Parts: sequence; C-alpha cells; structure tokens
Amino acid sequence: MSEWRYWLNEQRGTLTGLAIFLVMFVIYVANHPAGFTANVVHTAANKGVLLAFVAMAQALVVITAGIDLSVGMILVLTNCLASWIVVGGAVPTALGVVAVLSTGVLCGAINGILVIYGRLQPIVATIATGAVYFGLALLLRPFPGGSVNEDLADALTGRLFGVIPSSLVALAAVVVLIWLPFRRSVAGRAAYAAGSSESAAFMSGVPIRRGKFAAYLLGGLLAGMGGLFLTFFTYTGEAAYASGSAYTLWSIAAVVLGGVSLYGGRGSAVGAIFGAFAARTTGDMLFAFDVDPLWQPLLQGVVLMIAVSIGSLALLRVRNRLDWFR
Amino acid sequence: MTPAETPPPLFRMEGVSKRYGGVRALEKAQLEVAPGRIHAILGENGAGKSTLIKIMAGVVAPDEGRILLDGQEVTFRSPAEAAAAGIACVFQELSLIPDLSVADNIVLSNPPRRFGMIDRGAQRALAEEALARAGAEDIHPRAAVKDLPLSRRQMVEIAKALASKPRALILDEATSALTAADVAKVFAVLKRLREEGLALLYISHRMHEIAELADTCTVFRNGRNVATFTAGSRSNSEIIEMMIGREYSNVFPPRQPVAKPAKAPVLECRNLGWTDRLREISFSVGEGEVVGLGGLEGQGQRLLLLALFGVLRGTTGSVLVDGSPVTISGPAVARKPPLAMALIPEDRKTEGLMLPMTVRENLSFAALDRVSRGGVIDRTKEEQLIDDMVRLLEIKTAGLDIPVGTLSGGNQQKVVIAKWLMRKPRIILLNDPTRGIDVGTKQELYQLLRRLAQAGAAIVFYSTDYDELIGCCDRVLVLYDGRVVRELEGDTISERALIASALNVEAGQEGSAI
Repeated sequence: MSEWRYWLNEQRGTLTGLAIFLVMFVIYVANHPAGFTANVVHTAANKGVLLAFVAMAQALVVITAGIDLSVGMILVLTNCLASWIVVGGAVPTALGVVAVLSTGVLCGAINGILVIYGRLQPIVATIATGAVYFGLALLLRPFPGGSVNEDLADALTGRLFGVIPSSLVALAAVVVLIWLPFRRSVAGRAAYAAGSSESAAFMSGVPIRRGKFAAYLLGGLLAGMGGLFLTFFTYTGEAAYASGSAYTLWSIAAVVLGGVSLYGGRGSAVGAIFGAFAARTTGDMLFAFDVDPLWQPLLQGVVLMIAVSIGSLALLRVRNRLDWFR
Repeated sequence: MTPAETPPPLFRMEGVSKRYGGVRALEKAQLEVAPGRIHAILGENGAGKSTLIKIMAGVVAPDEGRILLDGQEVTFRSPAEAAAAGIACVFQELSLIPDLSVADNIVLSNPPRRFGMIDRGAQRALAEEALARAGAEDIHPRAAVKDLPLSRRQMVEIAKALASKPRALILDEATSALTAADVAKVFAVLKRLREEGLALLYISHRMHEIAELADTCTVFRNGRNVATFTAGSRSNSEIIEMMIGREYSNVFPPRQPVAKPAKAPVLECRNLGWTDRLREISFSVGEGEVVGLGGLEGQGQRLLLLALFGVLRGTTGSVLVDGSPVTISGPAVARKPPLAMALIPEDRKTEGLMLPMTVRENLSFAALDRVSRGGVIDRTKEEQLIDDMVRLLEIKTAGLDIPVGTLSGGNQQKVVIAKWLMRKPRIILLNDPTRGIDVGTKQELYQLLRRLAQAGAAIVFYSTDYDELIGCCDRVLVLYDGRVVRELEGDTISERALIASALNVEAGQEGSAI
C-alpha cells in the first residue's frame, strides 16, 4: 500500500497529464460526427505524434532546468532535409533516414555545447541556433517541394491490423528504446539532479555536464524524428517559419500540461506526450463543435488556458502559503 | 577509546592557504587527521573552517600548500576525485537533490549499475543498508527528499556519506538540525565508525557535543590553526577564549524583571488552531517580554510563527494585538502598523535573503515603503537607515554592494535581522535564528534581543537549543503535537524541565516513559 502511494506521488505530474488528455479526448470523440472509430483515432494519433516528438525533446531539456526554443526549427530543418534525401530504394532511403536523424543529433549537440560549455543562457542560445537552423532549412528548400519514399511513409503513417495507428507504435518504440533507458541511466539521473539542484549535484560529484549534454543531444534526435514524420505525413519539405515557431511554443505548453516542471528536476517525457495529445485535442475539439474558423485561434487559446489551470488547481487548496513557492 | 599514542595520520595538510579576492580565508594552515580518531574543529564563523573542509572535499583548490593522503601528495580537482580517494562529507548546506527520492540521493555519487543502466533493486538494498547504518530506518527509500522535514533530510545526508564507504568522514554542523534523539543515534554511529578505523573530522558549535565525542581538538581563528590539544585537557571557557581571541563571559544578558503591565498584552492568541497541526493555542506576550517556544522539533512551533505572520490559511481562534482582534491576511499586512510584526525565518537562504543580490538591496527590501515616496527610493534616507543597522549589528562586510551570499553565515543572519529591524517592529517572531552561527554572533544576538525587549518589543523566540531558551527567555511555552503542554517561567526554566515537558512526561517519571 505504502509503496503504491510513493509510486503515485512520483507519477503525479504524468498522471495529471493523462487525465487532462482523457477528459478532452472524451469530450472530442463524444461530439465528433463519426464518434469513436478507427479513422477518428488514426487522424488524432497522426496529428498528435508530431507534437509529441517535439514535446518529448522539450521535456528532456526542461528537466535539466533549461529550455529549447530551437526544437521547432530542428523539426523544420530535418523536414526539408528529408524531402531531399529520404528517397529511392531501400538502401538510399535507410541512409537518408540515418543522415536526417544525425542532423537532429548534431543540432542538439550544438545547443548543448553552447549552453554547457559556452555557459550561455539556454533561452538565448537556442533562439540563436533556432534562427540558424531555420536559415539552413530555407536554403535547402526556398520553395515547398521535394518528395519522400512513399512506401516507408505509408507504412509509418498507416494502420497495423487495420486498427492501430502505426505512428503510435513508432512513438511507443521511441519511449521504450530512448526515453526509458535514458531515465534509468546515470546520465539521465544526472540530468534530473542538475535540474533540481545543480550545486547539490556538483557537491555530490554527479556528472552534470554529461547528463545535460545527453538531454540536449537526445532532444535534437527526437525533434529530428518529428521532422522525419512530418515529411512522411506531407510527402514534401517546406521551410515554414510560422509552423516551426508554433511547434516550439506548443511544445512548452505540452510539457507543462504533462506535468514537467519548468523549474527542472520533475516530470517525464511520457507526461509530455500526454500533454502534446491534450494540446492537439484543444484544436480538434473546436472542429468537432463546428466552430467558425475565424474564432478558432481565440477559442483554442481559451481551452488551453483552462487546461493549464487544471494542473494548478491543487494550489487553491494550499493552506500554507509558502507551498506556493515550492 | 582514547589511545595515548596517535596513529600515523591518514590525512595531512601542510601550509595550506586560500584567498578569496582580498580576503584571507586560510593562512598556512596545518592539520593532521588520524584513523580511528574523532578530531573536532572549532572556531567562529569566518575562522576558515568551511574553506578547510571545502579544500579537503575537493570543492575549492588551495592557493598554496600540500595535501598528503597516506603520506602521498594528492590534488583534488573536483568533489568526485576526493570521493574516489575515500573522503566523504556531510555538508551543512545540504547536498541533496530535492526532487529525487531518498534512495536516488543516497547512491547519487556512484549508483549501482547493471548493463549500463542503474540497478534499482541494488540501489534500494544499498539505500536501506545505509539508512540502517545511520540509524534512520524510519525513512522510506522511495520518499522524495523535498517532502521530508529538515532533520530527516540531515539523516539522509549522513546515510549518503556512509554509502560511499569512506575512509575519512567530515561532518560540518551535521547535528545542528537534528532532534536530541537523532543526535544520540548519530553519536552512536560515529563512535562505531571510530572503532572501525575511520578518520572523523567533526565541526560543531555545540561544546557539549565536542566534549562527548572528540579525541583531539583543533581551534581555528582568522584562518590559522591556533591550538591543537587532547580533548578534555582544556576548559570550555579556555577553548572559547582561543576561538574568539578575547575573554568570554556573560553569554546571556541578565533578565529584566518585567513589570506586570496594566494595559493589554501586545500580542495575544486565543484558541489558535490550524488543521490538526495546531490546537487550542492560547498565550500572550507583553511589552518587553521574551517568550520562548520549546519542545521537540516539528511540534508546531514553526507553524505557530507562520500562523501569526499570516502565512497559513484557514486558521481558527483569534489573535489580538493591543487587546483588539486582528485579521492577518498575509505577511504584507502583518508587517505594517498597527501590527508591525517581523518574522526572522528559519532558512535564511530561501526565505530570508536574495543571495545573488547585494547587501544593500537585501537590507532595504522589507523597508522599501519607509524609504520611498511615490514609489521612488530616497537614496539618502535609505543610506542613513542602512548605516545605522550595519553599525548596530556590527555586520562585517567588504562593502554594501557585494552579493549577500558571499558573507559568512553569521553575518548573513545579521543581515536578515537587520532587514526587519529597519521597520522598527513591535512584535518580533524568531524561528530558530542561531542555527549554524558562531558563538560570538550568537552572543551578540542574545544581547540584541534583550535590548529590543527593553525598548518595548514583544518577542516570540523559537529555538532548538535548550541553553538559549534557558538563558534568553522570560517564559517558555513547550509545544507537543501542536498544543502548548507546559508554560515555564523564570527560574523554573531548566534543561531538565524543558526536556521532560518536550517529551510530554512529568519531570519525575521520564525514566519510565522513554
């Protein structure tokens, strides 16, 4: 019983994120003309997966008490690159995928080096690198276009056994193969420790730099995966500035919805995934209610505000005001 | 165990010096620490003890001098290197990660691994073993450190140091946050470690602890080791004279008889309650009175002060100031007249000071409304008030425009107190204000409290140090489980009475109750 309570306490943020998503998704599906069908779930999954990858990337960096304002631009850059090189037969396609993901890793590594070794503030460093990544994307694709290996794209964006969206399976595989090992590794614990109390981590001889660097690096990799999936969905590459910025901002909303503390040290990338799906549902919900498109951005903002407030409802019950600041 | 002959040293420092800017922290310090001995380091804050420890732990590098381990010269470039050489530290500034679990923290420096991943099962076992070794089996390895009270966190810190299986263990004010029961457990652990042949370096301001534990004592003053002697060979007042370099007498100022005033008490509580943590608390504090709060740690003393300062929501009962009921909706209201309260918080690092900001800024924070007009700060007026405070409290600082975090612990605490005195408060609430500060500063603080009381303030003083309650207070309320179980007055305030009431037993029967 007591072990169970400690587990609950550890997972509180993630479970809150899951709950917010479930509530919104139920409202959405209940009001959808088609109802709860494989098609509706499939569309929702494919829309959500992109933001989920970017939100996971953001969560990794936020856990170290940093922030990555370049994630959206890494997505755009890798999208443009993939629309050139993830083409042809099996071997060129595979090499293309590796090159695209390596580019994501490299972008993350550059952010990490600037923040950790250059001692720049994460917020400023990643605004600068984000602009650079977008500039490269624009050079790669001055106009929208390109193509992608359609067999691979369809396999990863279709359905398994006719019901399960394969994009969700891919996302789950990423959680199992990247997030869980990171969380269990010394580097992962160092990332959490550095985010929670960097000076205490230093005093304890924790490899802070390694942990933070791993977080930025994997963040780049995950954002690159997002870019790859974007290409699979659209079959093209486009250096869309507005879209990149939107992904960056929504990734921050998603990690907060998913119970990751912006002060660092608390939360999980799994929570960020739930947060991403919840954030995506805010937009879809308005579609289900058949809202005039002119009103959609405004109402989406309102729904997001309410969703974020749910996470801080607990603060209303605080009877010791000092708990507000913890 | 006090062998006549000292075994060859495990650790040796020769002519070690360290400067921070123009300030000399250590000057050609010598120190030898032998295995199987407990070596106490004494000195006022600013005497160089912290720097000495930081050098041993690899946190800072010395400017000159040699460090020898087993006769071999060593250089520690990081805490990790010192830990690898077998030197573990229990820091006064807790080195725990608040968001991680107890078990995560205990193995933090070197988690057990399997296939490159952290082995959670082995980690749990190691944590449980270390907690048991530290005598803290009551702490659950999965609990988050930030949810634990200070005394439990300190025990985790000790367990964490033991988990690295060190050869030399440094304890810096390790007991200052502990309850008496925990102190006894920690002492038993330390004595066992001594038997096991560890070299123990023990830094404390509590003389009776040193008398009970230490084999050897070294006194530091102004960055130099001024004397090393066998424990028990010098009297307390001799040792204190060595520490402060002047004669030591009259630690506590004499109590002034408080004339029972005809008018209403300055502060009065009637049946104050909050959740199930504070129950039916009634007491009053008159003008010029110092009322102590005693008892075991965590019996509601801190919460009582927070309730009076308007931090807690949903309190029941009533608070009266000068005889009229008041509603205290928050610190912003509490600090303003007619209440004019001040709360000196427990944790100066988070609740008392903005560490990266300057001494000047920190001093004027609470009094900005008093030195400004129409939202603009009157620099001349501010300067005047600050100068008065720096002089009154004898704050030692290289300047007013340096970050307050660079001051020594005792001087930081003086800044916290000065910041509130600038408002000329009538009701002063103090939450264990002398934790981890040196004898000299403590003594100044006692005198100050008495002077403030004589000037008409009503003072509520929570302390974990019985000597302080006995020496400073006109009356002491002993709390147990959120209630006032006993009120002691004048000469009835004794260590025996305090301990007995703290355990909520009658003075005659504590033997059977424990």
